[in-house]
Amino acid sequence: MMLDIQNVHKRFQDTEVLRGIDLQVSKGDVVAILGPSGSGKTTFLRCLNYLERADQGRMIFDGETFDLAGATRQEIARLRKKTAFVFQNYNLFQNKTVLQNVTLGLTVGSGMPRAEAKEIGQEMLRKVGMADKLNSYPSELSGGQQQRVAIARGLATRPEIIYFDEPTSALDPELIGEVLSVMRQLAEEGMTMLVVTHEMTFARDVSSKVMFMEGGNVIESAPSAEFFAHPQQQRTREFIQNILNAGQ
Amino acid sequence: MNERLWGILVDSFPKLLGYGIRVTIPLTVLSFALALVIALIVALIQYAQVKVLRQICRFYIWIIRGTPLLVQLYIVFFGLPSVGVVLEAFPAALLVLGFNEGAYMAETMRGALESVSTGQVEAGYCVGMNYLQIMIHVVLPQAFRTAFPTLGNSMISMLKETSMAATITVMEMFRQAQVINGRVYESLGLYCEVALIYLIFCTLLTWIQRRGEKKLASYGGKRK
Repeated sequence: MMLDIQNVHKRFQDTEVLRGIDLQVSKGDVVAILGPSGSGKTTFLRCLNYLERADQGRMIFDGETFDLAGATRQEIARLRKKTAFVFQNYNLFQNKTVLQNVTLGLTVGSGMPRAEAKEIGQEMLRKVGMADKLNSYPSELSGGQQQRVAIARGLATRPEIIYFDEPTSALDPELIGEVLSVMRQLAEEGMTMLVVTHEMTFARDVSSKVMFMEGGNVIESAPSAEFFAHPQQQRTREFIQNILNAGQ
Repeated sequence: MNERLWGILVDSFPKLLGYGIRVTIPLTVLSFALALVIALIVALIQYAQVKVLRQICRFYIWIIRGTPLLVQLYIVFFGLPSVGVVLEAFPAALLVLGFNEGAYMAETMRGALESVSTGQVEAGYCVGMNYLQIMIHVVLPQAFRTAFPTLGNSMISMLKETSMAATITVMEMFRQAQVINGRVYESLGLYCEVALIYLIFCTLLTWIQRRGEKKLASYGGKRK
């Protein structure tokens, strides 16, 4: 077991957003986190990287236990070095070029020499098909291109797991494919990924496991083949039906 | 225009310009630099929500923005000596101008810092940078760029406000015009002449500001 997440709780004022979420992830797993809007999936993912502070919950990452409700700055920094986070709206550094976006974490964050960082940066950008845009600024790129650069930025620090927070939700429909195909390629290479998404095809064809959330609870969690072929819960069946119908 | 006036204007022009270059411009540049440092510190304290210091900063901004520059100059130059703080005219003007404009520029900087989306900071954390590194490499450069046009305007205001230093005996360009006028009594001509020199200086500053904005725009990013 690479990642063991236990009993995550979070409330915003009077709203209980997460009511005790558990999730186990093995190395190489691609977990799709599905659920209607407001089900808490994004909050859950953000809690895992301390972008949101959980009220309760813990995570065992590579044998080391992290308290999601409170950790020291050093612990958080150590955890973040093992992870990468891809945001819905990319969040590329606006004042940096594509290459600088990918290398900044290496040179500034980890003190790697520039030349070495540049090499890694170029390699990662090649991987996502953005090697010809090294010196462009984010504002000069399409959403799909920006998201691919964001993935390269995540890959550059050699994370053990990548968290994707609705990586295609802000994209025009015709740009979704290029991002998904990069993600599919990563999955094939054995990258461990947690993906909050609305892309059913991706969940069905690429992910190894699905967690379905609603109202801050996990409704159903199963290997994806099983999840789609034989959903156990009535609510899950409805959700899959609705989404598949809407997709037609 | 009679010949006497013309002669006076021609004679006084290089003199005034000389004071402008030797006093008005250095006073502007130095007080602007001071204001920039103050503004940056005050804005960062508020942005990072440092306790206590934050209240002090609000208090400073409240006092400065709520009182006239002229009164501030008088308090520092004529008032403080009675409690033993005696300053030369030039440093007094520099300090007052710097602290005065600093309060306004702090608000500009704070607004610019807050305009940088929190996503930029979160992304910085996620690639393994700490708060200070994110500020230096990501947030401040973007904030500076947003603030640049407004800061340029502040500098232009300051250039003109240095003329107030005349009231506390700083021998700057406007004070020099007053002195010359005391001898020759040509108020309209001389004050128009000094106005023209201020106009030239401001035009130059505006030109530099435009050039700067263009240069910043070439780094990509918000192009609108």
